[in-house]
Amino acid sequence: MGDEGTLATVLLAMFAGAIRVSTPFLFVSLGECLTEKAGRINLGLEGTLVFGAMTGYALSLHTGSPWLGVLAAGLVGCVFGAIHGYLCKLPKVNDIAIGIALMLFGTGAAFFFGKPYIQPQAARLPSIPLGGWSDNPAVQQALEINPLFIIGFFLAVAMWWAFRNTRWGLVVRTTGDSTPAAVALGIDVDRVRLLATTVGGFFAGVGGSFLSLSYPGSWSEGLSSGQGLMAVALVIFARWNPLACFGAAILFGAAGALGPALQSVGISEGYHFFNAAPYILTLAILVVAVSPKRALRGAPSELSITK
Amino acid sequence: MAELTQAGPQVRTELADRARRSSEYVLVPAVAVLVSAILFSVFLLFLGKSPAQFVELLWKGGFGSWFSLQNTLVRASPFMLTALCVAIPARLGMVVIGGEGALIMGGFGAAVIAIPMVSWAPAPVILAAMAMAGMLAGGIWIGIVGAVRHYRGVNETISSLLLFYIAVSVLNFFVEGVLRDPSDPNKPSTMPIGRENMIGPMPATDVHWGLAAGIVVCVLLYFLMNRTTFGFAARVTGGNLRAAQAQGLPVGRLVMVSCFIGGAAAGLAGFFEVAAIHGKANASLIAGYGFTGILVSFLARHNPLVIIPIAIFLGGIDASGGLIQRRMDLPDATVLVLQGLMFVVLLASETFYGRYSFFRKSEGT
Amino acid sequence: MTDFKLNRRAFLKTAAAGAAGAGALGLPTMASAAGLTIGIVYVGPRDDFGWNQAHAEAAKVLKGVPDVTVVEEENVPETVAVAKSMESMINLDDAKMIFATSFGYYKPFVLDLAGKYGDVQFRHAAPLWTDEDPKNAGSYFGYLDQAHYVDGVAAGLSTTSNRLGFVAAKPIGTVLRNINSFLLGAKKVNPDAEVQVIFTGEWSLPVREAEATNALVNANCDVITCHVDSPKVVIETAEARGVKTCGHNASQAPLAPKGFITGAEYKWSTIYTQYAADLAAGKTLPNFIGAGFDKDFVQNTPYGAGASAEAIAAADAARAEVKAGKPIFTGPILKQDGSVLVGAGASLDNYDPMLDRTDFLIEGVIGSIT
Repeated sequence: MGDEGTLATVLLAMFAGAIRVSTPFLFVSLGECLTEKAGRINLGLEGTLVFGAMTGYALSLHTGSPWLGVLAAGLVGCVFGAIHGYLCKLPKVNDIAIGIALMLFGTGAAFFFGKPYIQPQAARLPSIPLGGWSDNPAVQQALEINPLFIIGFFLAVAMWWAFRNTRWGLVVRTTGDSTPAAVALGIDVDRVRLLATTVGGFFAGVGGSFLSLSYPGSWSEGLSSGQGLMAVALVIFARWNPLACFGAAILFGAAGALGPALQSVGISEGYHFFNAAPYILTLAILVVAVSPKRALRGAPSELSITK
Repeated sequence: MAELTQAGPQVRTELADRARRSSEYVLVPAVAVLVSAILFSVFLLFLGKSPAQFVELLWKGGFGSWFSLQNTLVRASPFMLTALCVAIPARLGMVVIGGEGALIMGGFGAAVIAIPMVSWAPAPVILAAMAMAGMLAGGIWIGIVGAVRHYRGVNETISSLLLFYIAVSVLNFFVEGVLRDPSDPNKPSTMPIGRENMIGPMPATDVHWGLAAGIVVCVLLYFLMNRTTFGFAARVTGGNLRAAQAQGLPVGRLVMVSCFIGGAAAGLAGFFEVAAIHGKANASLIAGYGFTGILVSFLARHNPLVIIPIAIFLGGIDASGGLIQRRMDLPDATVLVLQGLMFVVLLASETFYGRYSFFRKSEGT
Repeated sequence: MTDFKLNRRAFLKTAAAGAAGAGALGLPTMASAAGLTIGIVYVGPRDDFGWNQAHAEAAKVLKGVPDVTVVEEENVPETVAVAKSMESMINLDDAKMIFATSFGYYKPFVLDLAGKYGDVQFRHAAPLWTDEDPKNAGSYFGYLDQAHYVDGVAAGLSTTSNRLGFVAAKPIGTVLRNINSFLLGAKKVNPDAEVQVIFTGEWSLPVREAEATNALVNANCDVITCHVDSPKVVIETAEARGVKTCGHNASQAPLAPKGFITGAEYKWSTIYTQYAADLAAGKTLPNFIGAGFDKDFVQNTPYGAGASAEAIAAADAARAEVKAGKPIFTGPILKQDGSVLVGAGASLDNYDPMLDRTDFLIEGVIGSIT
């Protein structure tokens, strides 16, 4: 295999990986973006993701319909989001800490109830083959696009548009930027945050169902390797912009595909670091892109993480 | 007690006042523990299991005998040190969740520095060097978190988490690569430090010295944070960053030093894992102690002294988890559910502090 | 399900009472097996569809031995936790025999406890016990590379690209040995065959396992096998890509109705059944048992739709040969670095202790250990 062929293989793998691996990051980061825009941070989305993955798989197994699984995963995500939103409404309760606690609880509960679902094969989400024009099987596979990826893309666009152009978007942004201003406008701040966190939980649950129902498409206890937590980092370097969340998720997916792709073309020394590429990349981007001198553009100023 | 009865009425009122105030810090968590116990009991009843048996086994497996108590204490010692990695930066208002990474780097650093020393140095020298290296490695690891926070404004929760994943890849890279002990092909590890150089148990127990170190460090850091100007400055900064800057406090140095201290504590836990348990560094260092430390610190409300009993309590849950699995036929995740539930309820209970006037007024007024 | 659990609990209770009674009477438990409690420790969840499940299902046979109680603990990490779990079984459940089923349990934890509790028997699932270790410790192991060798034979005749893919967890001895044997099997029938390996770095990491499988298929590999804790994801992903697969650890045949060829499986049940019989007869368990096809300790999964008649015939023949003791490592074999492992005309016995310490890949495997 020539050098050009090698490079093309790696690039194609990263492109394909970007589409395959990015969807859970995309959904969780959109959910987190909405939550944070309203001025709260929910670190518990990792637990929501894992519980959503388990629930989606279980429902798909019992009903035979993967889409019902996705819906169920979203609904349990709502429940987790609502718990977070409600508890953080109480005075003196720290949203970051509650998030960590819910992460532990969600993961533990998913492991507990997920035991019977490790072995059976549930119906998986179908994918849309868009690569029929190519006779290269790798290209065809890369363009086997999951409908959730497409939905996620349109969701990102819709959120981006809604934040700018709708009354709801204004309400959420105002709530996140200044509690006093929002109160002066007659906005029920707590309710907006509760709703934003609940809907954010829905997205995270759906993101989890992608893991168990699409790619890799199976439920096991090792399914999430911190995707839900990483999504929080993605939101920060996406500067709370849903379209940038999409880009960041894509980048992260591509970085995740780098390690296996390099090994497949025979470059395997130091594969531990290639495998850690998403984390190293994220840290590097944060260090370069963030600056303490000025407030982050787009950062909701009520957010505890930016204070 | 004698003092109290002999003291004048004014002193007595003052003491009663203080007792009342501090009783809030006992009563609120106690009620929260009770509530989570009730919720968890409902969960067990729903599964057709007996909560009474659960409590009985929790006691038996964690505290009920000398063996069980030692089991608990052995497990508690790394929790104390990793909890400090959360608690100390928390005084400045930072949420560091990557103590696991500092533990890994600490254990790795300790094992690496021992490699060239085992052939010539006496055990105490090796152990001292290992402990220093472990604390330094862990301290630098979380120190980086403080530095990027201060100089670049990178959120510490996220950077510490990222550094955990990076620490795992650093450890695996070296342990499975250049530093691998060729005599052990099935468990990639660094060269062993040798039995003769390992830390034994404390006298008359089965518990290694990491427990004593954990308690001593908790006490020392309690004094540092509550009785020194450093601790005072840290708390001022945590309370109000702008006020601290206005007063001319060296905020950046406070942030980095606090992170370094926290990381060094977790690194010390890594040192004990290597020096008292494994005798070498390998992937077994990644055992989740750092993540349990987060739970411990939050439950202790980041108070280093309170960390000691909370760590022992969680060590007890851990220690009895196996017995509960065996006797009640419950999966291992049961303990995770219990921990998560308790964590959520205890954090939510924070809202009740200062809400009831009972804890504020004294009898006289 | 609930009924089963209640029954089991009631059973445990009475059995525990029996054990306590025996202890009070001071009966020598090993001599008579009366009231013996056995503790089993697993490193992961018991229903992981992989390594731990294979042990747990095979060990069920021990529960059928009269007067034997089995207590089990899952997800016990290879830290001080496993030492304490085993000790807890000994102290609180009165266990007189412990099965430790993960590699990293042996040193130092099993060895230390064997020294401390001389009246408890310890058996560990890896070929690690030697004469210098305590006499109340021991090892049991199946040499799975023999089954991977047979997989390789079938795979070598199933590939058209001559490229076989191997998704491996970590570069440890048993994994490397399986990779090497898989290639030797393929080369036996197809001298042009090569094996491309991708290490994921962890025993269970589904997303990266799926990525690795896709990367191998993209790199023109048309038969995929693996050595990870739970091969479900690898097999399903490969099947979705339309390539053939060989399994690992347990039967994955139902997961790949089109492309499944065969798989390498431990047959722990042979070992545990033998142990159970020894215990029932009041015999002391041997310190070391390890074997492959010769004693039915490993097996191949029944052939799936992906196996051609030619592949089946060659694989069956290869299995018969290995069972009869024909060496897998027959020279000339070079290591990846070009040094000679086995000279022309020479061979290594299938149980050569040198193979237990495999820290190399052989020539023809693409991918490095570090």
